Amino acid sequence: MARTVTTTRKSVNTILAWSIGLLIFFPILWTVLTSFKTEAQAVSDPPVWFFFDWTLDNYRTVLDRSDYSRFLWNSIFIAGGSTVLGLIIAVPAAWSMAFVPSNRTKDILLWMLSTKMLPAVGVIYPIYLIFIKMGLLDTRTGLVVILMLINLPIIIWMLYTYFKEIPGEILEAARMDGAGLRAEITYVLLPMALPGIASTALLNLILAWNEAFWTLNLTAAKAAPLTAFIASYSSPEGLFYAKLSAASTMAIAPILILGWFSQKQLVRGLTFGAVK
Amino acid sequence: MGRIVLKDVTKAFGEVTVIPPLNLTIEDGEFTVFVGPSGCGKSTLLRLIAGLEDVTSGRIEIDGVEATAAPPSKRGLAMVFQSYALYPHMTVRKNIAFPLRMAGMDKAEQDRRVAQAASVLNLTDYLDRRPGQLSGGQRQRVAIGRAIVREPSAFLFDEPLSNLDAALRVGMRLEISELHTRLKTTMVYVTHDQVEAMTMADKIVVLRAGHIEQVGAPLDLYRAPRNLFVAGFIGSPRMNFIAGAEAAKHNAHTIGIRPEHIAVSADAGEWSGVVGVSEHLGSDTFFHVHQTGLADVITVRADGEVGFRHGDRIHLTPRADVIHRFEETGLRIA
Amino acid sequence: MSTKASRSAARLMLAPAVILLLGWMLVPLTMTVIFSFQRYLPMRGGFQGWVWFDNYRSFVTSSAFWPSVVTTLVIVGSVLVITVLLGIVLAILLDQPMWGQGIVRILVIAPFFVMPTVSALVWKNMFMDPVNGLFSHLSRFLGADPILWLSEASMPSIILIVSWQWLPFATLILLTAIQSLDSEQQEAAEMDGAGPFSRFFFITLPHLSRAITIVILIQTIFLLAIFAEIFVTTQGAFGTRTLTYLIYQRVLESQNVGLGSAGGVYAIILANIVALFLMRIVGKNLDR
Repeated sequence: MARTVTTTRKSVNTILAWSIGLLIFFPILWTVLTSFKTEAQAVSDPPVWFFFDWTLDNYRTVLDRSDYSRFLWNSIFIAGGSTVLGLIIAVPAAWSMAFVPSNRTKDILLWMLSTKMLPAVGVIYPIYLIFIKMGLLDTRTGLVVILMLINLPIIIWMLYTYFKEIPGEILEAARMDGAGLRAEITYVLLPMALPGIASTALLNLILAWNEAFWTLNLTAAKAAPLTAFIASYSSPEGLFYAKLSAASTMAIAPILILGWFSQKQLVRGLTFGAVK
Repeated sequence: MGRIVLKDVTKAFGEVTVIPPLNLTIEDGEFTVFVGPSGCGKSTLLRLIAGLEDVTSGRIEIDGVEATAAPPSKRGLAMVFQSYALYPHMTVRKNIAFPLRMAGMDKAEQDRRVAQAASVLNLTDYLDRRPGQLSGGQRQRVAIGRAIVREPSAFLFDEPLSNLDAALRVGMRLEISELHTRLKTTMVYVTHDQVEAMTMADKIVVLRAGHIEQVGAPLDLYRAPRNLFVAGFIGSPRMNFIAGAEAAKHNAHTIGIRPEHIAVSADAGEWSGVVGVSEHLGSDTFFHVHQTGLADVITVRADGEVGFRHGDRIHLTPRADVIHRFEETGLRIA
Repeated sequence: MSTKASRSAARLMLAPAVILLLGWMLVPLTMTVIFSFQRYLPMRGGFQGWVWFDNYRSFVTSSAFWPSVVTTLVIVGSVLVITVLLGIVLAILLDQPMWGQGIVRILVIAPFFVMPTVSALVWKNMFMDPVNGLFSHLSRFLGADPILWLSEASMPSIILIVSWQWLPFATLILLTAIQSLDSEQQEAAEMDGAGPFSRFFFITLPHLSRAITIVILIQTIFLLAIFAEIFVTTQGAFGTRTLTYLIYQRVLESQNVGLGSAGGVYAIILANIVALFLMRIVGKNLDR
C-alpha cells in the first residue's frame, strides 16, 4: 500500500508500540539495572531508577562464588554439545528425506515431530534409572544425549526445510561430475546449506540453553548448568536481589543476543512450517 | 567411442509404465535429438542413459561395455541441465574444474584444461566471477564448459535452450552445432522444439508416450513420416490433414499436404475456399483458409508478400508429388 | 535422483536418527507402562507386586487429582486466552507503520528467550515479593495494601509469569502470518467499501485462523509440560499443582513410582491427543 501515511498516525503507532514494548521488556531491563545496584538500593522504596552509584560488586561476588564458571561452562558444553551431536545425526537424515524421498518420508517426518510432544514427566523415572545404571546421572554427557534427543526432531525438520530449497539438479550435476555421496555432501550441499545449518544451530543452542526440566532433575553439583544454578537462588538467605540480578543477567545475556538474530528461525522451527 | 545402445529398456514409476520396451542405437559421433510433446518420456530416457534413474528392465551399453548398473560418475558421460545446475558458491573456474577435481587430476593439468575450455567458449574473462553474476547465455556456456573438460564419450543435453530468450536461443543453437562439428563427440539432445531438432540433428528420435514413433535423419522425417503423428509433429506450420472423399480419391483414408506445398491463385485451382486469418510476415505469408469442404482449416504458406485478405476467395492447388497418404490406422502408405 | 544406489544410501543415512528416536520413544515409555502396573516404592520397600490397573484407578480417585486437572485447565486456558488475544493486538500493532519497528520487535520478543528459572525468580522476588517487590512498592504508593501474590493469588501469579514468557511466541507467529497476508485483498475490500473493523473481521481474522490454531496447539503442548516456573516459585502449593507437577511429585518426591507412572501415562495420552490435531495440520501443509 503505497499511500502516504500521515505523520500523526505514525506517531500514534510509535508511541503506542514503544510503550507496550517497554512495558513487556521492563522486567528484563529492571533486572539488568538492579544488577548494578547495592542490595539496599535493590529493595529500596521508592525504587531507584538510573541515578545511583553503579557498582560491579555483585558481579564480582557471583563470579567469585567458586562454582559460577563451572555452571557457565556446563551450559556452554551441554548446549553446544547437544547441538553438534544433533547436527551430525540430522544432516544425513535430512539429506535422505529431502533428496531421496519415498512414500513413507512424510509419515516418518511427522512421526519424528511427534516424539517432541512426549511429556518429559511421563518418562522421567525410567530415564533416571537408566542414567543411574549407566553412570550418566549428573554428567554433562548424559545431558548432552538427552537434550540432543529432545531437540533432534526440530533440527531434522529445519534442515529438511532448508535442504528442500536447494535444487536437486545441482546435486545431480555433482554426481555426473564424478562426485560420490561424501563429496556431494561436503563440496556442494553443505556450502550451499550453510546459512540454514547456522540458523538451525542457533535455534537449537537457544532451546538447549533454556531447557529447564531435564537440566533441573538429572543434575546435581557436577553437571548442573545455569538453569539449575539460578534455581538454587530460590531459597534465599537474606537480601540478595542485586546478586540474583547479576547472576540472572549473566545467564540470559548470551541468549538474548542470539535470540535477536533468530526470530525467523524460531517461526520456521517451532511452527513446523505450518505458518509461513 | 561414444556408441550407446539401449536394448529392450523399460521404465516404470510404481504402477505406471512410462517407457514400454525400447530399442535404440546411437552411433559414435552422431548428434541425436530426442523430440516429442510434453510427457513423452524424452527427459526420462536421457536420465536413464545418464544413470540418474534406474531402468526397470533392459540393458544399456556404452562403448560396448555393460553400463546398466553403473553409477552416473562411472559412465563417462557429461550432462548439461535445463537449469544449468551450476554450483552457486563456486567461481566459474572452480565450477568448470570440479569434475577434474573429483577425478583427482593434478592442479596444473586442471588449470590447463579449464583455460582451454574457457577459451573455446569465450569465458576467459569471466573465470573469477560467480554464476549469480552471469547472464543466462554465459551460464549456459559454463555448464557446457563443465561438460567439455571431462572429455566424455558423449554429451547429454536436457532442453538446454528452454530458459533463454528467443534471440539468444538462435545464437546458442549455432554454437552447440559448431561445438559438435569441432569435437566430433556423440551428443544426445532433448528438446520439445522441432525447429531445434530439424536444424541440429544428424538423427531425430520422435517419441510419444515413451514409444519411438520414428528414427531418421531430419529430411527423411520431413519427406517420409511413418505415421500421422510424426507427419503432424515435424514441420511448421503443421501439415494439413484431409479425410473423407478427397482422401478416397488418392486411395487413402487420410491425406496430408504441407502448407508450403500448396500453390495459391485468385482465379483457378483444384480447391477453393475463403481466407480467414492471414499472417503477413514479409518473408512469408500464411493463410488460414475456411469453407474448402475438405477440413475445418487449410493452412497455406506463400512466398514473400501476397495480398489476399480476410474474406477473399482463394484457389489452392496442392503439389501432386508430395501428397502424403495414410491408411486408417494412421500408418503411411508407401 | 532415485536410483537403487541412492535409495539404499538414503536408508542408511536415515537409520541413526530413526533408531535413536525409536529407542527414545519406546524404551522409557515401555518402562513407564510396566512400572504403572506395579506397586513400586523404592524408598519404602521396593517392588511389592503387580497391581495392574489399581494405580490408574487410585491416581484419578485421589483427592489431589481433580484439583490438579482444574489447575492445569485454568492455567493453560488462561495463558492461551491472554497470549492469543494480546498476541493478535500486538501483531496488528507491530504491522503498522512506525519508527523504530525493529527495536520494538526486539523488546517484545525478548521474554521468550529468558530462561524459565530466571524469569520465575525475577518475578517472584523483584516484582511479587510483598515486602521488597516493585508491585508492593506500587501498591503502597497508591495507598493500598500489597498483594501477597504468590501465596494468596498464586494462580494469577503463575499465569502472569507464564503469559509473559509466551506472549512473544504468539505475537511473533501471528505477526508473521499477518505479514504474509496479501495486501491486495485488503485493498480490494477497501474499494468495496469495507471499513477497518469489517476488514479485520472478514479478511484478517479468517486468514489468521490457521496461525491461531497452530499457536494454540503448539502452546498447549508446551504449557501442559511447564515445570520450572512452578518448581521455583510455589513448589505446587497454594493450588498451583498442575497435573504435570502432581506426577512429578508422585514419582520423584514421594517416590511412589507405580502411581506416578500411571499418571505419566495419562499425561502422555493427553499430549498425544493434542499432537494428533497438530500433526494433521502440519501434514496437510507438507503436501502443499
